[in-house]
Amino acid sequence: MMFIRSFVFFLGVLATFLLGWAGIVGLPDIMISKVGPPPGLKRYTADQLYGRSIYIREGCIYCHSQQPRPTGFGADQQRFWGRPAVPADYVYDKPHLLGTMRTGPDLFNIAVRQPSEEWHVLHLYNPRLVSKESLMPPYPWLFEEKLSPGPDEKPLALPDSIAPKGKVVVPTSEGKALVAYLLSLDHTYPVHQVAAENDTTAPKQ
Amino acid sequence: MSTTTREESDVKSPAAAEQQIADEVLRINIDASATSPTVLFLTSGIFWLLVGSALGVIVSLKFNLPEWLGSTPALTFGRLRPVHLNTVTYGWISLAGCGVIVWLVGRLCRVEIRWRGLLYASAVLWNLGLLVGSTLVIAGYSGGMEWLEFPLPAAAIIALAFVLFAASIFKTFSVRQVEHVYVSLWYILASLIWFPILYLVANSGAYQGVGEAAMNWWYGHNAITMWFTPIGLAAAYYFIPKVIGRPIYSYYLGLLGFWSFALFYNWNGLHHLVGGPLPTWAITVSIVASLMMFVPVMAVAVNHHMTALGHLSIVKYSPTLRFVVFGAMSYTAVSFQGSLEATRTVQEVVHFTHFTVAHAHFAMYAFVTMILFGSVYYIMPRIAKWEWPYPTLIKTHFWLSALGVAIYVIALTVGGWLQGLAINNPTHPFIEAVNITKSYLWARSIGGTMMTLGNLLFAYHFALVVYRAGPRRFAPAWMQKVVEVPSE
Repeated sequence: MMFIRSFVFFLGVLATFLLGWAGIVGLPDIMISKVGPPPGLKRYTADQLYGRSIYIREGCIYCHSQQPRPTGFGADQQRFWGRPAVPADYVYDKPHLLGTMRTGPDLFNIAVRQPSEEWHVLHLYNPRLVSKESLMPPYPWLFEEKLSPGPDEKPLALPDSIAPKGKVVVPTSEGKALVAYLLSLDHTYPVHQVAAENDTTAPKQ
Repeated sequence: MSTTTREESDVKSPAAAEQQIADEVLRINIDASATSPTVLFLTSGIFWLLVGSALGVIVSLKFNLPEWLGSTPALTFGRLRPVHLNTVTYGWISLAGCGVIVWLVGRLCRVEIRWRGLLYASAVLWNLGLLVGSTLVIAGYSGGMEWLEFPLPAAAIIALAFVLFAASIFKTFSVRQVEHVYVSLWYILASLIWFPILYLVANSGAYQGVGEAAMNWWYGHNAITMWFTPIGLAAAYYFIPKVIGRPIYSYYLGLLGFWSFALFYNWNGLHHLVGGPLPTWAITVSIVASLMMFVPVMAVAVNHHMTALGHLSIVKYSPTLRFVVFGAMSYTAVSFQGSLEATRTVQEVVHFTHFTVAHAHFAMYAFVTMILFGSVYYIMPRIAKWEWPYPTLIKTHFWLSALGVAIYVIALTVGGWLQGLAINNPTHPFIEAVNITKSYLWARSIGGTMMTLGNLLFAYHFALVVYRAGPRRFAPAWMQKVVEVPSE
């Protein structure tokens, strides 16, 4: 009797657990796994992938989301943060970087809003150089000081007050890669075709 | 179950007196078998509590002073924040929770703890996993997903530690000497089945893209609800009736509470992705399940509060009851908040804001951590054979932690709400949503510092009991003069 009761208990515990897993992870995953990449979505280049790993390493995800919301749900559309994201936008992403926080703005289409490489390097070197009230940490270790820039390098346009004397500051390969990743974040290509095939995905614009 | 109350010692027959002595001896032996593993787990947990809270304060101050410690990669916000989360949850709550579970299982199964070697191995491995994981994340090898930042080697060590722990508990349960399996044990045993599967699935790397995001938040929510919450509820179900000295209000409410908990909680996770690029039906299912959580939460709330009703004056002097009742009340409040927070109307405002951070600390500190504190205040004198030397210290700890977490939660709840409204107002530039939070983030740093000071006092006091230091007391360390003697 004691054995049977324990057996029923553990069966119930296992069953309730597996049901939830199948329901909200298994089923959506099966649906989404049928989605192919939209024609406009490019694969990451090696450099962009390297930059993406820096994005993960420095924990950018804790303050920046990558998932514009649809009209009628927040102001993402009025802020021109890009059309609502669909599962197809993420087929090349592992780990996913959807994010849960907007201490800073959404970055899914930052390359469109801010295409300037010069702006991005300054912003990463010290965010307050380009956005005075920003709370973002500086990332000086993505930069190095040199006596003179290399042939392909463009030194940062730092104000005299913080520029090192007699030296120039240029992004390291990590800094360049991170900027390359940020400048790859453009998901403004059309996805109507994909969205029509999957009418259960996020609400359309 | 060993709920022999003091009144039973009034029974005069010799047979009963003999039984009474046998019970006492049995209980002493059971507690003795739990002593070393419990102290080992609790000490480890408290160590990680101190590490985690120090990191929490640093991370919080970085919002106030973004340049501070800003030129060292290892000290950047984005690396320390996940280490804060991982050390307080997989370190403090998990390890202290294991300590409490070991002791509870001995008492509730009425047998000495079996396979204790596995428990020692588990504690050592667990600490190792935390050390490896934290170091790797700080060194730049984060796994990248929230709640799953520890890279594979660390996760594998922790998974192994968990399985060893569960094996010992199941072995002990299998040789139990009780007819009836008490509610606390349901929660403990269920969580020991749920969490290892959950953790293995989450670290398996089997998902990609948006499917991975669904798994991530199914996991993230379930880690809280299928491991940390059962620890808190199991302890509350044990200590509230125990300290008050009367049985739990309703067995059937306990049953309803447990099975509705098991059924609905597991479907909640996708409310973390409301508005995101997932099938809308899946998110809707999660929102509905979140609202269904009113059922288990109310069942547990009624059960706990009806048990305590009429005996609440005991919270004035019993440290255990005060901390546990604070935690149980927080559980009700934070769960109601969570259910409402999951709706689309509220999510539209708070989804990407500090409001969520407030909610998380409401749950993990005001609920689970406070109950763990209360449990440790009960367990330690019994296994260390040394009372808490300074009741004033307990009182100070309580107020620092309680007021600290209140300031924390209120500041970020209000600040987060305003932040959400500002983000959703397209006529104003985004930076206004940043600026509006700044004073609330200072308030959060103050609240967080108070919580950390409370944790430090607690750790110091705990060390005194472990080393049997400080003035020796021969009566319980009540926080004020006792008018009527409760059964603690």
